[in-house]
Amino acid sequence: MTEEKTHHPEPSFLVDTGKYKGLMAWLTTTDHKRIGLMYMYAMMVFFTVGVTLGMLMRLELFYPGQQFYGPQVYNGIFTIHGIIMIFTVVIPGLAAVFGNFSMPIMIGAKDVAFPRLNLFSFYLYILGAAIALASQFMGNGPPDTGWTFYAPYSIHTHTNVVAAVFGAFVLGFSSILTGLNFIVTMHRLRAPGMTFFKMPLFPWSLYATAWIQVLATPIVGITLLMIIAERWLRIGFFDPSLGGDPILYQHLFWIYSHPAVYIMILPAMGVITEIIPTFTQKKIFGYKAIAISSLAIALVGYFVWAHHMYTSGMSTTARWVFSLLTFLVAVPSAIKVFNWVATMYKGSISVKPPFLFALGFIFLFMIGGMTGLSLGALATNIHVHDTAYVVAHFHYIVFGGVGFAFFAAVYYWYPKMFGRMYNFKMANWSFVFLFTGFNLLYFPQFIIGIMGMPRRYFDYLPQFTLGQQLSFFGGVLLVTGFIIMLITLFSKKGAKAPDNPWGGRTYEWTIPSPPPQENFDVMPEMGLDEQPYDYK
Amino acid sequence: MQNETVHITPYRTHAWVLITLLTFTFITITVTWIDLSALTVFIALIIASVKAYIVLTYFMHLKFESSLFRVFVFMVLAIYVLVILFTLSDYLFR
Repeated sequence: MTEEKTHHPEPSFLVDTGKYKGLMAWLTTTDHKRIGLMYMYAMMVFFTVGVTLGMLMRLELFYPGQQFYGPQVYNGIFTIHGIIMIFTVVIPGLAAVFGNFSMPIMIGAKDVAFPRLNLFSFYLYILGAAIALASQFMGNGPPDTGWTFYAPYSIHTHTNVVAAVFGAFVLGFSSILTGLNFIVTMHRLRAPGMTFFKMPLFPWSLYATAWIQVLATPIVGITLLMIIAERWLRIGFFDPSLGGDPILYQHLFWIYSHPAVYIMILPAMGVITEIIPTFTQKKIFGYKAIAISSLAIALVGYFVWAHHMYTSGMSTTARWVFSLLTFLVAVPSAIKVFNWVATMYKGSISVKPPFLFALGFIFLFMIGGMTGLSLGALATNIHVHDTAYVVAHFHYIVFGGVGFAFFAAVYYWYPKMFGRMYNFKMANWSFVFLFTGFNLLYFPQFIIGIMGMPRRYFDYLPQFTLGQQLSFFGGVLLVTGFIIMLITLFSKKGAKAPDNPWGGRTYEWTIPSPPPQENFDVMPEMGLDEQPYDYK
Repeated sequence: MQNETVHITPYRTHAWVLITLLTFTFITITVTWIDLSALTVFIALIIASVKAYIVLTYFMHLKFESSLFRVFVFMVLAIYVLVILFTLSDYLFR
């Protein structure tokens, strides 16, 4: 796929050539690459806000008892930390940024199928995020329900739940439209000769993700509207005092929100699947198994939602059915991990920053995945439900998995995005700080969780002090690593990046860095004998 | 995209679909007056499913589209049915 190198007279996508210049040119763009970058900048802002809130929690938890603020403020902080991180960072995350930037190029297209809809999705994202953030400052104070908005408390609390819920509802629309756009793009705009089983695996993961976005997100949209209707009209969907069923809320919420975990993690797996063959210079092991396992995760992941509800009072039958299904979803996830490791075996490994982060992903995702199985088992779940153990498991998947894959993707595609290299030494240091800080922050939470530390508690017993303090210091290291990464990428210009700095074989490495406005001068065509990841 | 064919449905078909849907709506209202006890929801769902089938087939042109779209719709409905079934594993056995 890399043989045909063309020199493009067309200017790079970073150059303004249209009607508008500067900021207006960016705000009105329909170029998938610019929209991808706009998502990235927005997410960096939201991520910084989310991390700051996270550190405020860690600071308060440094000693038992009240230190800086009271329990109501603590409830507001963990709620908005969750809303920002889940709905504006990790759910759109890799799909919105790198799906937009890289996917159309990787399948040999000039843009996504509906470029204007793509820009509209971005503005819905900004609008939804703004409403969710504004909920902190409007009405009767920040919502205090947690990001899950569990009924009946979310019906009765006097805090500003409606704005936060409506923000999440709008964000859902952005997600659905992006998913729809990606499905049509991959069906209709693949390069001639690129059949589905010749498509690179990052687009494959986005394809599976897009189906979850389209099919699952409307359910949470309706559910969130039901919360608003219940608050305003007292209908009685979920509130027992009105004849409703609070467990119904949990079913409806998790029917979306568990597949949402796969909306987050599938593109992350796709990124790792791109990075490993590139930095081992070896054909991916088990191409079809990885492609189909993405679909299998999307499908089976749809039916495991009630493992969040073992202690809710639902029937015993449902509990064992969902426990069984939860164990099934581990199979396609494990297929991917085995294939990544098999790809590395006897490969010509080059340990560059993206590869380091990919290794970090595998390590952290494995811990997150294995602890997920212990949570999926009925007997152990009863003991660790709603403890810090769940906090640790969840962050190992969402931050250790999605976050590290996001950082890997930034380091991988940065030269293509900006046409500049970065300082590898600094990038490696950022990995050291992020990886060490992450484990120091979250691993103690497993231990104090097993010891009985409840999650979402403002205060704790003295025996949990050491674990909480280690977590604080881990958080400091993590933030340091994040700052080093930002300095590495954005402080000063590196050397000019070649078109293909890593020796990759997918289409984005055949075009200049940064890419020209319409990606390809001559539209690529895939020969009968060509395969993705054709290294040897 | 250039090879796409556009199918024009005659007004008569639309009229028949409209009459059928109105008839089923009338039946939906009528059965609420009859005490069917445990079958009430089941009957309502059957009627709604028939109406959805007609809307998808004619108004949404599924009958005239490529089989890929039919596969997609079938897949979505299959997932929907499974979600309901798994949810019932809670409600029926509580």
